[in-house]
Amino acid sequence: MSKEVNLKPAPVKNTRHVSEIRRFFKVFFSRWVVVLGMVIILFFIIAAIFAPWVAPYNPDKIDMNNALLQPSKAHLLGTDSLGRDTLSRTIYGTRISLEIGFFVVVLGSAAGMALGLVAGYFGGWIQAIVMRFIDTMMAFPMLILALLIASLLGGGINNVIMALAFAMVPAYARLMCGQVMTVRENDYVLAGRSMGASHTRIMLRHLLPNCFPPLIVMMTMMLGTTILAEAGLSFLGIGVQPPVATWGNMVNDGRQYLVTNPILSFAPGLAIMLVVYAFNMVGDGLRDALDPQLRGIL
Amino acid sequence: MVELLRVNNLVTQFKTDNGVVKAVDGVSYYIDEQEIFGLVGESGCGKSVSQLSVMQLINAPGEIVGGEVIFEGQNLLKYAAHGHEMRSIRGAKISMIFQEPMTSLNPVLTISQQLTEMLILHLKMNHEAARKRAIELMGLVGIPAAERRIDDYPHNFSGGMRQRVMIAMALSCNPRILIADEPTTALDVTTQAQLLELMKDMVQRFRASLVIVTHNLGVVARYAQRIYIMYAGRIVESGTTKDIFRTPRHPYTMGLLKSIPRLDEAEGTKLVPIDGLPPNLINMPRTCAFLPRCSWRIDKCFKEPWPELTPVNGNHFIRCYADTKEVRP
Repeated sequence: MSKEVNLKPAPVKNTRHVSEIRRFFKVFFSRWVVVLGMVIILFFIIAAIFAPWVAPYNPDKIDMNNALLQPSKAHLLGTDSLGRDTLSRTIYGTRISLEIGFFVVVLGSAAGMALGLVAGYFGGWIQAIVMRFIDTMMAFPMLILALLIASLLGGGINNVIMALAFAMVPAYARLMCGQVMTVRENDYVLAGRSMGASHTRIMLRHLLPNCFPPLIVMMTMMLGTTILAEAGLSFLGIGVQPPVATWGNMVNDGRQYLVTNPILSFAPGLAIMLVVYAFNMVGDGLRDALDPQLRGIL
Repeated sequence: MVELLRVNNLVTQFKTDNGVVKAVDGVSYYIDEQEIFGLVGESGCGKSVSQLSVMQLINAPGEIVGGEVIFEGQNLLKYAAHGHEMRSIRGAKISMIFQEPMTSLNPVLTISQQLTEMLILHLKMNHEAARKRAIELMGLVGIPAAERRIDDYPHNFSGGMRQRVMIAMALSCNPRILIADEPTTALDVTTQAQLLELMKDMVQRFRASLVIVTHNLGVVARYAQRIYIMYAGRIVESGTTKDIFRTPRHPYTMGLLKSIPRLDEAEGTKLVPIDGLPPNLINMPRTCAFLPRCSWRIDKCFKEPWPELTPVNGNHFIRCYADTKEVRP
């Protein structure tokens, strides 16, 4: 009365790698604030890419006859003292802000990670020299440092990027150095060396990828900080120079009309706030999803 | 037997805040071609450091301060630790596997990436040939469905399987010597036996010599042809496996053997531990390091410095003044 048992093995699917990725996304999207952050970022990215089509007016077109208009159907967010459309300028400002944020993070993290990697891997006097230099830079508040460099270099987008990237280097270097010092104790580093791998190979193949997770989180959060810092520099007038529309100099320009036309400062201010908030939330979500210590808790 | 590697008077020390630790203090040994060689000692006796010194993998504050490592007619210690010569020996001529299989593989790279790396680096294979060879090697070390598993990540493998991958990696470039640093300590007993058997078969197949570094005499008893016993950075007894197990002559070796349970002993026999603790390696006295724990000590031990290795019988050497011949364990 024995039933025939199917002894054929079930078809094997290679689901192992998929499950890791799925787990990442599951944790990442498990909180609604993170999802909201992603939506906000996507919204701004789309606005930046399609600015010429989305913006109702040319952002730099001066129209003195229509200066300082209150919000209306023709100008949804009104116009500034030179008659430029605030909505169009805010949309075009997104381009500058995201561009600066992106390049600053790429340059700053590349330089910081390279310094931290070398310092942490070799240790000894190399680490001492690099890290004392980093400590010295850290003694200055980030914005002050950026301010100093920006005023030395002068205005302009490229100089703002250089100044901010330079100011961000210590944070990355410090984190990277700490990461490398823990990761380099792993047996696979020794194993790699015992197999004849060179210093460069060990650093790039074994250390760098294993140090990455916290740095990705930091890069995301730094995007928000950078955008805020750029706005700060532009607000102070040593950042991106007029007539290029950036959120920072728009807030600054609107300052004189704060009582009569508050929207001039509020619109770009709100944009800054939203983007910074969104990047912080996404950074938080990334940390939850990437940090092995939090596995199982979330 | 043709001699493959000779280590003469190797001294490796670590500078600490409390003083200089001589982790390896004048160690000499040789390895013949296709020999299985055991290096036994307790934790901290310098057995791993001595092997890392041979590979010049000692990190600061450690430093090799003396001795020579003769391999293929060259003194390896003459080469810069990170130079081209040393790198072309590591992995290609002498390779090593480590104690902790769970952390010996890089978690972010696939097995294929890690296995082919050596082949491409040392044997200058192209990518496809290296991959083919890697699959072959995985089959040789007994990993089923190698072709499918080669693109997996280390976390998809168990500890025993990872150690098999490590063995495959270590042997991938046909090294002359495979140094296994406590290769089975982190694994359970059945897996241990399988892996030791595998290593034995593999070194025979690849015509390599195998150095088994362990604190477990049982591990080497079955496989090693010769055994060196280390204590406090020095070799205290050396001989064939038969010498060491049948007629141990150094009090430390005798103590070690008495502290292991034996199947042929009467039921209820108590194990005899070695009293005391291993010495602090900072500011070691000139006298025998085992003296405070030794039950054979004689007056001469307190007055004279630690003797050199002296032959007691053919190829059997001990570093001891006491006449330990008459009483057998």
